[in-house]
Amino acid sequence: MKQLVRLFAGVFIIAIGLMYFTSYLNSSNGYSGGDTLTIYNWGDYIDPDVLAEFEEETGLKVIYQTFDSNEAMMTKIEQGGTTFDVSIPSEYAISKMKDEDLLLPIDHSLIPNLGNIDPRFMNLSFDPDNKYSIPYFWGTVGIIYNSELLGGKTFSSWNDLWSDDLRNQIMLVDGAREVMGFGLNSLNYSLNDTNEDHLQEAKRKLSNLTPNIKAIVGDEIKLLLAGEEAAVGIVWSGDASEIMGENDKLDYVIPEEGSNLWFDNMVIPKTARNLEGAHKFINFMLDPEIAARNAEYVGYSTPNAEALKLLPEEISQDERFYPDPEMTDKLEVYQNLGKRMLSHYNELFLEFKMHRK
Amino acid sequence: MTKTRNLYLIPYVAWMLLFVATPIVLIVYKSFFDVEGNLTLENFEKFLTPVYLKMTFNSFWYAFLITAFSLLVAYPTAYWLTRTKHKQLWLLLIIVPSWINLLLKTYAFIGLFGTYGFVNSMLEWVGIGTQQILFTDFSFVFVSVYIFIPFMILPIYNALEELNPSLIYAARDLGASPLKTFRRVVFPLTLGGVKAGCQAVFIPALSLFMITRLIAGNRVITLGTAIEQHFLVTQDWGMGSAIAVLLIIVMAIIMMMTGNRGARNSIR
Repeated sequence: MKQLVRLFAGVFIIAIGLMYFTSYLNSSNGYSGGDTLTIYNWGDYIDPDVLAEFEEETGLKVIYQTFDSNEAMMTKIEQGGTTFDVSIPSEYAISKMKDEDLLLPIDHSLIPNLGNIDPRFMNLSFDPDNKYSIPYFWGTVGIIYNSELLGGKTFSSWNDLWSDDLRNQIMLVDGAREVMGFGLNSLNYSLNDTNEDHLQEAKRKLSNLTPNIKAIVGDEIKLLLAGEEAAVGIVWSGDASEIMGENDKLDYVIPEEGSNLWFDNMVIPKTARNLEGAHKFINFMLDPEIAARNAEYVGYSTPNAEALKLLPEEISQDERFYPDPEMTDKLEVYQNLGKRMLSHYNELFLEFKMHRK
Repeated sequence: MTKTRNLYLIPYVAWMLLFVATPIVLIVYKSFFDVEGNLTLENFEKFLTPVYLKMTFNSFWYAFLITAFSLLVAYPTAYWLTRTKHKQLWLLLIIVPSWINLLLKTYAFIGLFGTYGFVNSMLEWVGIGTQQILFTDFSFVFVSVYIFIPFMILPIYNALEELNPSLIYAARDLGASPLKTFRRVVFPLTLGGVKAGCQAVFIPALSLFMITRLIAGNRVITLGTAIEQHFLVTQDWGMGSAIAVLLIIVMAIIMMMTGNRGARNSIR
């Protein structure tokens, strides 16, 4: 009994001590309200120097918090009790958040740098007139491959994946839209197709790919591909650039049939307290020089046309990450197909996963 | 007297109502709605299609394999444990791994089983050569058994400890061979522990999910995976709930079947 009391007392004292220590740290750093701006972003998705410069320029204190999935981010904002001023969700999450009234409109007159954004990336279906969101980075879905492990083989088409000599070599990212999307693309259908015959055809075609598939995994795919666990992977371009940074034997290609075009956009969630600061931050991030530095640090594709001009040619001319206009025309943004259709996509994806060799 | 006893009951009843009864009622309620929020039986109809029936079969098959292999390893281990000198130390060594987070252990196996992992370099060294271990049925069952085995060993160990040794001596004195003693005396008397262990392994194994992705690379799809997908990705909570409701019913049936009979046996 005595020991038990001692144990509880010990845990209690440590907890109180830690709480006191955190609040001490926060106040000594000037985090106790006032001129702060809370940014809620993906992990490692901004150049820390840029943040420091923003603090210096505006005198605002930035509190930077991170999330690892759109769903987690949405749940946290929906529940309230947070004070996020700026967040950076992906496009499908933006259209969901818009439907659920979780976003505040952005005042374009406070963002003079908006003109730097390439018009191609403005006014897209998920947010007409960019009322609620401003592009931050964009990218594609494609094939990353290690030709050294494949005897010099290269890829140009989704259909190359069905080749007999790739047995047990492909890793897919565990996403229904991504996998069904490339199935549809390989048949030259749109990745937003809702025609039942086309969807069934895509599922049958994907089932034929089963012998070549080693695994269908989540974020671990980066670790596994960089470690040469498999020779081929279907990944987002952002992940691809990260993997290639770790293992330079890998190469990335956007297949010729077309693919998905995704966006991460800056939004102001309804939990925002510092609206002025949020607009200042968005405008600051659109500054050509800042955007260029940030793009170089993060490694994703910038939608900022002026920033692109400032990037070294080896980056801005890299067609893997900045495809030419002909290729870009074949890229499609995921449309919000509605809950019922999305559910159907998932059902088909599940059936495909159930299919065994 | 009865008044104070009722007072003691309050925390338990409150806990059960809030964290056991309410969630189950909510899940049952949710399972009758489709994605658009209409009242329907569609979710249960969907469950009776080949996709979900096969998934159910998979879940049961792998849960059975995991339980069987756990038992196969756990029984001799528990038996040996009761016979060693430093029981407490050995027991602790078996329990300690279960203090470590399940995901961390699983991630460790990705490293061990990988193409360039420890196990494959050992195989290479022995001369067998590199095999694909990760993302196979073998690795899935192996890692699951590794994770669940303490829950199988402990009840069996307890049952063996409670066994009166004079019964074994009596069997020996009356001329039974060691094997016969085990079959006719030791095993039947520890059946309660075996059943408790099987329950503790089989039921969670039925709804495993993260390991199916991390270790089996989604080559093994169980009902747990489907529930996770429906709640997190599709947000089709109705379908997710319907699967959960059916799983709860199946688990209750298993508990009733194994639990009651076990109790009756031990009385006899």
